Amino acid sequence: MATVSLEKLVKRYGSLEVVHGIDLEVADREFIALVGPSGCGKSTTLRMIAGLEPVSGGNLKIGGRVVNDLPPRARNLAMVFQSYALYPHMTVRENMGFSLKIAGQKPEDIAPQVEEAARTLDLTHLLDRRPSQLSGGQRQRVAMGRAIVRQPDVFLFDEPLSNLDAKLRTQMRVEIKKLHAKVQSTVIYVTHDQVEAMTLADRIVIMRDGYIEQVGTPEDVFQRPKSKFVAGFIGSPPMNLKDAEIADGQVVFANGDRLPLPARFRDRVTAGQKVTFGLRPDDLYPAGHGIHSGEDADVHRQDLRVILTEPLGNETLVFSDYAGAEWVGRMLNPRRLSPGEALPFCFDLSQAHLFDRESGRTLRG
Amino acid sequence: MKGWRPPAPFLLLLPAVLVLAAVVIIPLILSLYSSFTPFRLTQPASLFTLIGFRNYVRILTDIEFWTAFGRTVLLLTVALNVEMLLGLGLAMLVEKATRGQRLLRTIMMFPMMFSPILVGFQFKFMFNDNIGLVNNALQSLGLTDQAIPWLIDGSLAFFAILVAEVWSSTSVFAILILAGLLAMPKEPIEAARVDGCTPWQTFRYVTWPFIMPFAYIAMTIRSLDVARAYDIVKIMTDGGPAKRTELLWTLISRTAYADARMGLANAMAYVAILLSILFTVYFFRKLSAARTQIAAEW
Ligand SMILES: Nc1ncnc2c1ncn2[C@@H]1O[C@H](COP(=O)(O)OP(=O)(O)OP(=O)(O)O)[C@@H](O)[C@H]1O
Ligand SMILES: [Mg+2]
Repeated sequence: MATVSLEKLVKRYGSLEVVHGIDLEVADREFIALVGPSGCGKSTTLRMIAGLEPVSGGNLKIGGRVVNDLPPRARNLAMVFQSYALYPHMTVRENMGFSLKIAGQKPEDIAPQVEEAARTLDLTHLLDRRPSQLSGGQRQRVAMGRAIVRQPDVFLFDEPLSNLDAKLRTQMRVEIKKLHAKVQSTVIYVTHDQVEAMTLADRIVIMRDGYIEQVGTPEDVFQRPKSKFVAGFIGSPPMNLKDAEIADGQVVFANGDRLPLPARFRDRVTAGQKVTFGLRPDDLYPAGHGIHSGEDADVHRQDLRVILTEPLGNETLVFSDYAGAEWVGRMLNPRRLSPGEALPFCFDLSQAHLFDRESGRTLRG
Repeated sequence: MKGWRPPAPFLLLLPAVLVLAAVVIIPLILSLYSSFTPFRLTQPASLFTLIGFRNYVRILTDIEFWTAFGRTVLLLTVALNVEMLLGLGLAMLVEKATRGQRLLRTIMMFPMMFSPILVGFQFKFMFNDNIGLVNNALQSLGLTDQAIPWLIDGSLAFFAILVAEVWSSTSVFAILILAGLLAMPKEPIEAARVDGCTPWQTFRYVTWPFIMPFAYIAMTIRSLDVARAYDIVKIMTDGGPAKRTELLWTLISRTAYADARMGLANAMAYVAILLSILFTVYFFRKLSAARTQIAAEW
């Protein structure tokens, strides 16, 4: 039952400012993912919310109350750390019940709550072990259990899955999603895995160098990136981003190769403007192997030479050479391609992006 | 004699074994043996009369010995606890220091660099009733106008010795506990804070269990030490006045050299060693238990 608001939140270490006055409103029961490259200030922001780092400026509100100067214990939140941070000298049971014990609950009241959480997380048979006797995934679940048992207003996660192998990560991702559906708490989830962010979050916050670049739903940030940075950060493999200039109503690349100007940008650019052209791999495909038929009006056809392929089973990533650079395309229903082979590609320009090269901002309205 | 030659490792170790035997094992056996004789330094021949356990039986009924024994245990217990608390406090303060921590650590080790004899003299001077710093300070502050007989009154002298002991050895605790604090992962502490702990609860439930093994290591080391607490007492009071600060080791050295009853003194020494071993074993057990608790990898 809590909203979280960051108002011009600043963090300074000495004279070094690492979070530059960010604003964010997190609604009650919302699942927010904080993403961004390493060192952009995600953990710092999360730790300020938790109360582990003092706030250097601005306001932090939880449930409408300013908590800048309250210690963590007065904020009623739970945090899952990247390293799990279990208490090594306590059993799983004691770890999970610790916060309740501190809160002064009686042992007979604590036991059923711990067991309930253990059942949810499939930890019942491990309750009497110590953390050192658990595998990484089990420790991770204990850390989650410890958080659930508290029934906090807000859950904070700092890259909780990054120490797990790919399979376990997928599995835990589903668990977290189910868990959120069940406990209905506000969640702020730091990750640098964009798949986690896309699949889990109601809204994604993309941070860069201590600023928020964009806040939006997964569809928003994927389909309508506000900047070149967001466009390159969200999506895998990343969007093709190539510098170009506008001339004669066309997009002209450095080596003189040109593409038609996408229709929706026609009124938004001026001749001679320096831009960055962006196209997702999904929108660059060998004819007949795309998401769309390739027969739409805004599709540009062009023969390209294949440099390299990465078969993924159900699809193949095709690296090809165009405008003096390497472009990644996605080929559905793949057939075997050999390097050097030339074949017709479709550029779906209705999905293309244009960014101002100087500011990196999108040129679409 | 050809053919058999001792294997190389044996040959190579032989010099070391011989030296060890000469300086450790033989004196040890000799002293153990002499504790079963009425050996007196003035009558060398007495070394060859065996009297069985008579020395030990005598000790068991010797009130003077048991007084010294009791006083030693008391000193040991009080000193270890005080050192432990002070060491813990010091270590936590130094760990908090953001600047100059290296310097503080070095300063903290200073008392360990002094020879106990020097410490003894230093405190003997400080607690002197006429010219000592302590009385001077107390008088200047107007807390008393008398010359407190620090080293003459029995319990005051015990206190003075205790202060000297604590001063010289608190750093052992401080250093080891500081090592523990520095080696401790920070995340569980943060987790505890988020879990709702006050600073005291964080210490009580998370920090303390973690540094407990380090405290026990210090205890183990110190329990070997205090049972040998000879030098400081020897200098400060020499067991006096009138045996009121007699500890096991001053008693033993007096018996051995002043009274020249080496056999009896050796018997006492073996009882004292037993005491020391008991303390050590006790703390060692605590240490292993604490280590398993925190699942230490060492
Ligand atoms: N105690 C500190 N003193 C000085 N600078 C710090 C401190 N802690 C973090 N920083 C700096 O603050 C910036 C943000 O760090 P933060 O840990 O929040 O990054 P992050 O986004 O969580 O990165 P990652 O994905 O690698 O975890 C970094 O540039 C880091 O160097
Ligand atoms: Mg981080």
